[in-house]
Amino acid sequence: MTASETIKDTALPRILVFSTNNISDPGVDLAGSAHLHYSPNVVTISVPCSSGIRPSLIEYALQEGFDGVFVAADGEECAYLSDCSERTARNLATVQQWMEAHHWEPQRLRMGAICSVCAESFVSYVQGFSHTLAQLGPRGGQDHGV
Amino acid sequence: MSQRRIGVYVCHCGGNISDYVDVEQVAREIGAEEDVVVAKTAMFTCSDATQSEMEDDIRQFKLDGLVVASCSPKLHTLTFRAVAERAGLNPYQYTQVNVREQCSWAHTDDREGATAKAERLVQAGVARTRLTEPLVPLKVETVPRTLIIGGGITGLRAAIGLADIGIEVVLVEKEREVGGWVDRLATMHSSRQRPQELIAGLREAIHHRPGITVFTEAQVIAKGGTFGNYEVTIAVRRNEDHPISIHVGSIIVATGFDVYQPELGEYGYGIEGVLTLPEFQEVLRESEGSLKYHGRPVETIAYVYCVGSRESEDQGDAHTYCSRYCCTATVHTALEVFKHNPKMRQYHLYRDMRTYGEYELLYSESRKKGSRYLKFAPENPPSIQKAGEPKGEHLTVTVHDQLTSNQELTISADLVVLVTGMIPRENVDLVHTLKLPVGKGGFYNEIHPKLRPVETVVDGVMLAGTCQNPKTAAESVAAGLAAATQSASILKKGQVQLDPQVAVIDEARCNQCGECLSACPYEAIASRPLTDDDKGPRRYVINAATCKGCGGCVPVCPVEAIGVKGYTPDEIRAMIDGLLREVVAPV
Repeated sequence: MTASETIKDTALPRILVFSTNNISDPGVDLAGSAHLHYSPNVVTISVPCSSGIRPSLIEYALQEGFDGVFVAADGEECAYLSDCSERTARNLATVQQWMEAHHWEPQRLRMGAICSVCAESFVSYVQGFSHTLAQLGPRGGQDHGV
Repeated sequence: MSQRRIGVYVCHCGGNISDYVDVEQVAREIGAEEDVVVAKTAMFTCSDATQSEMEDDIRQFKLDGLVVASCSPKLHTLTFRAVAERAGLNPYQYTQVNVREQCSWAHTDDREGATAKAERLVQAGVARTRLTEPLVPLKVETVPRTLIIGGGITGLRAAIGLADIGIEVVLVEKEREVGGWVDRLATMHSSRQRPQELIAGLREAIHHRPGITVFTEAQVIAKGGTFGNYEVTIAVRRNEDHPISIHVGSIIVATGFDVYQPELGEYGYGIEGVLTLPEFQEVLRESEGSLKYHGRPVETIAYVYCVGSRESEDQGDAHTYCSRYCCTATVHTALEVFKHNPKMRQYHLYRDMRTYGEYELLYSESRKKGSRYLKFAPENPPSIQKAGEPKGEHLTVTVHDQLTSNQELTISADLVVLVTGMIPRENVDLVHTLKLPVGKGGFYNEIHPKLRPVETVVDGVMLAGTCQNPKTAAESVAAGLAAATQSASILKKGQVQLDPQVAVIDEARCNQCGECLSACPYEAIASRPLTDDDKGPRRYVINAATCKGCGGCVPVCPVEAIGVKGYTPDEIRAMIDGLLREVVAPV
């Protein structure tokens, strides 16, 4: 992808959400079913379990153009792993170290528990995150290690 | 651009999508991609007509990838996988893009923004599809036999249901007799029979079904094999040196609950006359005629609700959940008490009454018969004390009633019943043996409480009843029958297909550091010798039959040698690129 092909200077921050197939994705779906509005610059990639998200993929998303990444974890409801949240948090700590080393603001990465009925929580999370990212201003001008 | 031949279908969903997203523009723009051979819109992609059209297109244009942009993958993934399969395309080379729940419906106020988002979502779907490979589900022959662990009302009813469908059942009960908690109750509101008669009927029904084998005083101590043909080892107390090995196709866990046991001093527990609800049920069961406790007539009872339930998170090991059944059980018990003595004074000290659904009728009836309800605040709970002389045998209950301006009321009671909730039964060995997912509050986790309410991520291992969460007996039986139906639907086919989207190891990258071995609670990763020499070079392999595809092992690999099929790093990176690409309208 060339620089000219990327979306630039859009008013609303671009947020990538990693959600989980069984638990948080139904919550994100429910927000839509309830016609709760949030920024169309929030997009989702679904994975089986948040603990399986490789840190390098979050780093890639930030490097390539997302203003922030939100990991919607299952909390205690994960059907696979009882320590899913702890594992996810450990992986995100690795990303945070990378962000610090490359002068990314730590606020650009968030994690929250979104269950299958957490429609309002999801919208509240991403709206708050969008607001935070807007206040941080556009990414760029930093050593992002690209 | 890739050499793939991809077909893209964008759904109007009647208007659910096209009212807020310019679907024609989305199709037009994705159609400009060189490897997108077909790009169409349809009023309903799930309709028979459009499914047939897709099948024709797959054959005519020799498509090797399919993208459907419509509703949530929860609804029609299997529909479109079947479309692909019927037309000769591998079903795992199809990608579902959600442009309804996660696009049109979430952005009904912004057609331009929703359309731009739909374009990016479809771009990402196509980018992923370019990298898909044909995947083949593992087919496993199944044994037409189910193991049920737990002989309470849930397990007994599930066993009868399965036997009547034609599936053999092996039922393992830890206690000397089957029957569980229900066998100890004095009455049940959901049955006109006495609980003991109900359980006796179920025992009789099991006895008359030759397809059911019951082991009492027995426990499951090991599980081997794979889904469809698990080999379970059962130890029976009277013959522990000779454990029994049985092959079963599926397992239903119906191990039930325990009752919260108050600490001494908690709401006066330990003082004579302060009982838990199950203890009071025992008293009621033994009573004939007027109600007596330790030979004394009982004329006033105070019930204190939510003991050991809905506790503050600040407390260590708090039971923060509502046990759901206890309000109804207590109101029903109070009605039974009125049968012993219509003039009994009964005071219900509650936080919130949750006699949901038809149980509201019980609540109304208890009020009509004279029960008095007093609402206390959790931060100001009732206190229970032994009354002073000369009424030493009486109890004094003090409560601030929120319904009468927080007035302090004092009740002189003969008995205080602490309405205790359900807590998860500790069974560390079984959790370890079956790899049961333990969730919130210590109960076992199903995949989804509403969408897949009895299945666990361990294929062929199902849950039923109060081992999942607090339930009434009727709800537990319903869960048991659901698990029986699910089990039979799997085993009746004679074979099952396992999801091929499991972990895979790149052997060229793997340096056999061993990090992944401990990351997998399902023991799906193993180290195997490359040759017959056990001490020679080794390789790490994934057991596709036991891997759940969660990906928990993926980030722990320091050399990125593990991925999950269908969610490979390349596929996710391609999706990220697709989500960031600006779609340029074709000239």
